[in-house]
Order: sequence, then structure tokens, then C-alpha cells
Amino acid sequence: MPEARFLPHSHLQLLFDVLKNAGYRVHAPQVRDGTLQIAPCHNAADLPWGVGDTQSPGSYRLDEGDRTRAFAWANGPQALKPLLFAPRETLWRVARDDCGSLRFEPEQPKVEARAVIGVRPCDLAALDIHDRHFLGGQADGYYATRRKKLFLVAVNCSHPAETCFCASTGDGPAAQHGFDLVLDELDDGFVVRHGSNVGKVLMQRLPLLEATRQQRQAALDQRHHAAEVQTRSMPAGNLQAPLFARLDHPRWQEVGARCLACGNCTSVCPTCFCHSEQEQPALDGSGSEHTREWDSCFTPGHSYLHGNVLRATIPLRYRQWLTHKIGSWNEQYGRSGCVGCGRCITWCPVGIDITEEVHALLGGGEGGEA
Amino acid sequence: MITLRQPCEAEIIERIEETPSIFTLRLRFTDPEVHAAYRFTPGQFNMLYLYGVGEVPISIVSDPEDEHMLDHTIRAVGRVTNALAKLQVGDKVGVRGPYGRGWPMIEAEGKDVLIATGGLGCAPVVSVINYIMRRRQRFGRLTIMQGVKHADDLIWREQYDAWSKQPNTQVLLAASEGGSMWPWKVGHLPVLFEEAVLDPRNTTAMMCGPEGMMIAVVKVLQKRNFAEERIWLSMERNMQCGDGKCGHCQHGGHFVCKDGPVFAYPEVKSLLGTKGF
Repeated sequence: MPEARFLPHSHLQLLFDVLKNAGYRVHAPQVRDGTLQIAPCHNAADLPWGVGDTQSPGSYRLDEGDRTRAFAWANGPQALKPLLFAPRETLWRVARDDCGSLRFEPEQPKVEARAVIGVRPCDLAALDIHDRHFLGGQADGYYATRRKKLFLVAVNCSHPAETCFCASTGDGPAAQHGFDLVLDELDDGFVVRHGSNVGKVLMQRLPLLEATRQQRQAALDQRHHAAEVQTRSMPAGNLQAPLFARLDHPRWQEVGARCLACGNCTSVCPTCFCHSEQEQPALDGSGSEHTREWDSCFTPGHSYLHGNVLRATIPLRYRQWLTHKIGSWNEQYGRSGCVGCGRCITWCPVGIDITEEVHALLGGGEGGEA
Repeated sequence: MITLRQPCEAEIIERIEETPSIFTLRLRFTDPEVHAAYRFTPGQFNMLYLYGVGEVPISIVSDPEDEHMLDHTIRAVGRVTNALAKLQVGDKVGVRGPYGRGWPMIEAEGKDVLIATGGLGCAPVVSVINYIMRRRQRFGRLTIMQGVKHADDLIWREQYDAWSKQPNTQVLLAASEGGSMWPWKVGHLPVLFEEAVLDPRNTTAMMCGPEGMMIAVVKVLQKRNFAEERIWLSMERNMQCGDGKCGHCQHGGHFVCKDGPVFAYPEVKSLLGTKGF
């Protein structure tokens, strides 16, 4: 394990400055619209000091948290996904001349080096999944461009929400890899380790102290505690076979009757990648833009084919989402598409709990038997 | 090196009205270099783009070695295809592709081939028939089965006549509703097997059409001792990107646009015909 150092809270601004001087536009969580959102941030003072979050099915509230800390909360509705996979973007433009000839111009993705401070382990796991999706096979140029210049400062979870279950999916509460730096926040500062050569170089520019044995032990204890307090869990293992053996289970109808098919779950899910392509012709007829934007398998248009909708009812759409997320995802990307962040539970307006649904479908929560 | 993808401009060289709602666009890329470099295999598809309207996936029906033309047979059924139907010779469209995995033409060489199609979805296999006709000596016996709902739905009637006159070729047609001018069988596609001469150990079966029809044909083939691995079918789903990225075409673990649209039956049988997938 790389050597642990210590960054007192009083010196946190130096991390922002060092990253800025290295050419990164620094992003960090801040309080926006009653939630925590990752946005450009220059001052450590703008972090959510003393803020906590209380999450439960269908409910998200910010409240007073640990006053000495900036990361004493679980997560907000979004993290890395919108930074790399834009909610809406132009793919190409086309101009038509008087003769009807078409000239296609691809939209060049903007290159900006970004550093994100405060990435959660579940979000790193989701990023790894999106890397497999967007960079595998024919790589997506837009995602690839943004992904290349990304510096990640993970902060291990110390205050998981009631909705969190990353310990059961193996994606948290501590980050194992995929970061440049990883922090464990204590009352007076951070235990810091590097996870990449770029991170190592950057660490050398910071006036870090030796991390004492007590500090390192406190960080370890905190990680264990963050795992132990989680009450929800996802059954372990590959659930593809048991889920697809239950396509006629009455639970699909039952959950489909509660589900509003609003798509909140797919919007906040850090691994959902579906997007639709659309055409935006200019009003004066001079050109047209071809765009893509986040789509959801809960919309009727998602399964449109030849004038019909394959998934005309909500139970069929919920079944598609869950059997893909927890089931066929394994076949596609070698693991489940769920990283245990709990966002789909929190942001569902009717509080549908993915862990409860999976346990109900599998009966007793055993994944191995059909 | 990053890849961005946008269509290339192509011109409509010829427009063929197949039926009141089905038409074929014969295209050529306006950039001769693009046209010369373009390669595809039967069963693959292109995303056709209509200015200001959008894109739609359409299978390529012309021969891969036809240097002059890229043919797409389209049924006017939705927003984009209804607008494409109004285009005329000389109009420009965008073409992005080819995408997907085509038919197993190399594996099928030297063997008999059975083509079974139902409904109006025969375009993906017409490329195969044309491919075999042009290389007739490289394939064994060719059996073409086509089932339609109504006699009026049959397109390429002259072509079926012409194919039936080729050596070592059998054409079998059925309509659920025949009518007085229908000289072939009346009934669903499986009735055609009564007249088919098939060697299950030496035949590659290729199918497209409604999933219910394909399931019915598979049942008949299995009764006739066809191995599942010798049965291939072309799937249709909502496809928007062509790269397996946009997520719409998923069928269980498969992305139909890149893993298919042509699949060996064992790859898709568990969910074939399952409502909602």
C-alpha cells in the first residue's frame, strides 16, 4: 500500500491550488438546490462544511452534520456521470445548400482537464463500468476525450446513508483503485494516499505531514464502521440466471403497479448509459443538428419498433431495467450494473427499493438457485 | 485517436416502387473515394439519414461486389421512413455504416441453403439470395420459402419467378389469405415444408420475419433433425447508434446492432418471442 501522509483541514486549499496550477479545472461537491452537486470550485471554503444528508426511500434532506468535516455525508443525485457522458450534446451538424447537397460536420468534443475532489468509491466503480461501455469496442469519441484528462481525488465514505449498500456489492465504502489520490477524512484533516503516478507527483507538491499510526488506525476503523452500519444489501454473485428464470414472477406486476415510469432511477443511476439520438432542424431551414441525450428504458420510445412499442406496460419496463441492471449486465460487462449507491431508492418518488425488489423476486435473497 | 461518426452524403440514383408502401432506394456515395472504399457483407445494415428528420436502420439488399449501387428496401411505417418515401432520384441522403454482423456466408459455402422469411421482413435475406445467385456454383441446393399474410403483400414477384427457374433452386410461397390470382400455397409458412426437399445434415437455414413465425419454423426444422447451430436468424430492434452504445436494441445480454442483427439460434433462443424483450 502506498505511503499514507496527512493533510490538515487548514491546508486543504493547497490541494485546490496545486491542482489548479497543474492545469486542472477543479470540481468539488457544493450545496445546490438543497442537494450536494459536483460543480467547478476554487475555494475549499465552498465545500459543504458541517453538512450532512438524510436519505430514505423517496426522500433526500440536507441537515447539520459533523461541523469539523467537509465530507460527512453520503452522496448527491449525480456525481461523475454528467461530467463524462453529457446529458445532452451535439454529435454532428449538417448544412444543405441550394442544390440539396449535404455537408456533414462532426462536433469536436471540447478538451478540458478536470480534477474532481470528493469522488465516492461507488462512483469510481460506476466510472469503471462506463469505461468498459463507452471505451470498449468502437470507442465513443466524446466520452473518451473527456475521460483522458480527468484527475480523481476519491474520498472514502465515513457517513453512508440509510439507502447505501455498497459494502454488499463490493464497491465501497473504501476505494480500492481507479483514483489518483484517495482521502480518509478525520476530524482535523485527511489521511492521503496516491493511486497513480500523476497522483504521486502531485502529492509531492503538497506540504504533507507524516500520518501517525493513530491517524491511520482511525481511518481504518472509520472504513469498517461505514461498512458495518449499512442495513441494506444486494445478494452476492451473478444474478442473471435466477432473475431470467423469474420473468413470470408476480412481483413484476406488483412493483409495476407502484412504479410511475418517471425515469428518475435511470437518471440518477451512475451506470445507466442509454441515450437517444435526435434531430434539431434550424427554423430557417439552413441546417440541422444531430444530438443525443440521456434516455430511459422507462419511456415508451425506448422500445419503439415499426410503429409498435415492445414494452407497452410499466411492469415490462421495470423488468427490463432490473433484469438488465442486475442480470444481463454480467454478460455484457463482467459484473452487475449496480454499485450500491442507493440513489435509485432515494430519488424514486414512490420509494421503490431495488434491494427489496431483488430479495422479493429471489425469495430469501439467495442468488444461486433458480 | 478518437473516432467521431457522422454520415456520408449519398445520392439517390434510382427509386423503385415495390408496393404502395414499400420502395427501394438505389444509392451511390457522392464522394467516389468513399464509394470505392465502402465494404459490407449481406445481412449488415446502414443508418440512413434524411435531412432535418433523422436516422433509421435499413438492411442493405444489393450485392457486396456491386460497385455501382447500394440498395435499401424500405417500408414506410414510421416518421423517418414515411418521409424517406417522398424522396426522388437526385435527392441526397446521409449514409452511416455498415453496422452489425451479417449472414454466415463463408460457413454456408459448399452447402445447401434454406431461406425462410415471413411477413414483409424479407429484405435482410434478399441480399443472401442475390449473393448465392451470383455465385451459384459455390452453393448447393437453394430452397426459398416466403410466407405472407395476404397475397397482395408479396413483393419481388418477378424475382421469385426468376429464381424458381434457376438450377437446383426451389421457391415455395404461401399466403394466409390467397385470393383468386394466388397460384401458390394457402396457409402459414410451415405448410411449405410438405413440399421442401431438405438435407438437415448439409443445410444452413437463414430466417427473418416476425419472431412468432421464426419460432414456428425452428420447431419444424428441429422435427426434421436440423442442428440448432445451423439455424440463423436476423433480429430487429430499435437501433439508434449502431455501436452498441445507446442501449435501445438490447435483447437480454446482446446488443442486436453490433452482436447481431444476425444470430445463430442458440444465441437468442432463451428470449426469442418473449414479450417485453
